[in-house]
Amino acid sequence: MEKPLTQHIKPDAPPLTLKEYQKAGGYAGVEKALKTMTPAEVTNLVKASNLLGRGGAGFPTGTKWSLVPMDENSGQKYLVCNADEMEPGTFKDRYLLEGNPQQLIAGMIVAAYAIQAQTAYIFLRWAYKKAEAELRKAIAEAYDAGLLGKNILGTGFNLEMNVHSSAGRYICGEETALLNSLEGKRATPRTKPPFPAISGLFGRPTVVNNVETLSWLSHIVEKGADWFKGLSLTETGGTKLFGVSGKVKNPGLWELPLGVTVREVLEEHAGGMLAGHGFRGLLPGGASTDFLIEQHLDVKMDFSTVAEAGSRMGTGTMIILDDKTCPVAFLHNIERFFALESCGFCTPCREGLPWVEKILAAIESGKGRMEHLDILKFHSKYMSPGNTFCAHAPGAVEPLQSGLNYFYDDFVSHINLKKCPWKS
Amino acid sequence: MLSEEEKTEILHEINQYPFRSAACIDALKIVQLHRGWISDEAVKDIAEFLAISAEDVDAVATFYSRIYRKPVGRNVILLCDGVSCMVMGYETIYEHISKKLQISFGQTTPDDRYTLLPISCLGDCNHAPSMMINNDLYNNLTYDSADKIIENYK
Repeated sequence: MEKPLTQHIKPDAPPLTLKEYQKAGGYAGVEKALKTMTPAEVTNLVKASNLLGRGGAGFPTGTKWSLVPMDENSGQKYLVCNADEMEPGTFKDRYLLEGNPQQLIAGMIVAAYAIQAQTAYIFLRWAYKKAEAELRKAIAEAYDAGLLGKNILGTGFNLEMNVHSSAGRYICGEETALLNSLEGKRATPRTKPPFPAISGLFGRPTVVNNVETLSWLSHIVEKGADWFKGLSLTETGGTKLFGVSGKVKNPGLWELPLGVTVREVLEEHAGGMLAGHGFRGLLPGGASTDFLIEQHLDVKMDFSTVAEAGSRMGTGTMIILDDKTCPVAFLHNIERFFALESCGFCTPCREGLPWVEKILAAIESGKGRMEHLDILKFHSKYMSPGNTFCAHAPGAVEPLQSGLNYFYDDFVSHINLKKCPWKS
Repeated sequence: MLSEEEKTEILHEINQYPFRSAACIDALKIVQLHRGWISDEAVKDIAEFLAISAEDVDAVATFYSRIYRKPVGRNVILLCDGVSCMVMGYETIYEHISKKLQISFGQTTPDDRYTLLPISCLGDCNHAPSMMINNDLYNNLTYDSADKIIENYK
């Protein structure tokens, strides 16, 4: 089975240098794109490959690019890599950033060429110190080799690449909030339209793509759309980094074809539950995704199939809820996070999430009442998509609404016993 | 007044952007690195250098969780309280550290050696529980390993 994204990443070894990565053929796609293809041909190829954005939303990458104005007078344009990984339970971009920064740079050169961006920024989570050091080293190598800067590979294409290390806040991962943050402002989301492809960073056309998405591009240009499509077990195309954390035997991260079942990831790769721990449910792609439970174990891990099961594939990194962990406490932890990380701009999110957090704290500490469950349901409804300014609160209530549904009896037992049944 | 060193480092960041004000977050991080935290005076210094209002700089400084508007200790312990770390038992690690250092989240030891803060999700969930001290990441924490690691920061 091919593992294009992680083939050169060895645990505890430093990432490949530029020379080593070039020798392994890692820049073949960059040369092919810049020397033999027009920007439109690159965009069309990526469209044909059906590469869906790996940051969580699964938007088609080629379609996103095709919204960028391409006339000769379109002026300054930007490419931004979203490396602000902070979705609780998610640790996939860190692996790619630390393990193969050259792969990301190669992909970014291809993407920048396709949209004819002259400047690229990598918006990096502040906590990723090792990734920052490796990235800065890798970018310097690429400049020295003439792969960044002026007249790349003698083709006349110019690209400057910068790293911005952030200062915290989950909302920076929302692409328009990220752009405000990159402009040195508070990271509050912007209204859409205009979409960033038309008016993004500093008011210029901008594409924001995730680390894992960008890491694919040189490979796709080199090997083609059909090769990419053939990597998955479903129609979507490609492999995906899948991870598992929680009380399993072997928590970790694996590159697997899109379309593997939840069961295969959980039982074969993560080794199943730790001895003495039973499975209750999981969040398939980070804290902002709906629970899947026992009946969903044969669901295929792909954007459309996880959606059919009532959740989202999100980042593809699963958080396991075991039977020794209280589901109310688990949800309280998640909602406290979302309440703290609300940017405070729109009312349902700013006021609703702390309300939810307080109610969950009350139920967990034995002070819950049955009418609290109705209030939680009310919030799940009024913070759903369309009722808030951005996707923060709708994401926050995904685990809440499904948790209320699947673990309803546990909520009721907290209220009836006037304490948490998991606490002695 | 910004020091010459601070100015040079901020100018280096300004060069990455088409507008001077875009370096606001970078400037706050640089000054914090030199001074430990962002005082009102630091806010004014940065505002003057970037040619924006002090109110704008403060609005940014108070938004971002890694900018400290109050003094912190010489070493900042960031203990992950994300959901994966919760499942893997960060709460007992917190109680242990809190008892050892006699401080709760948000507090600094009287000798200014440590500040203890919660942090959500360090992206190291397969090795939970995790923490960062200053720029260093530690994982698979136990009482013993947490004790030893913390002792190393003077």
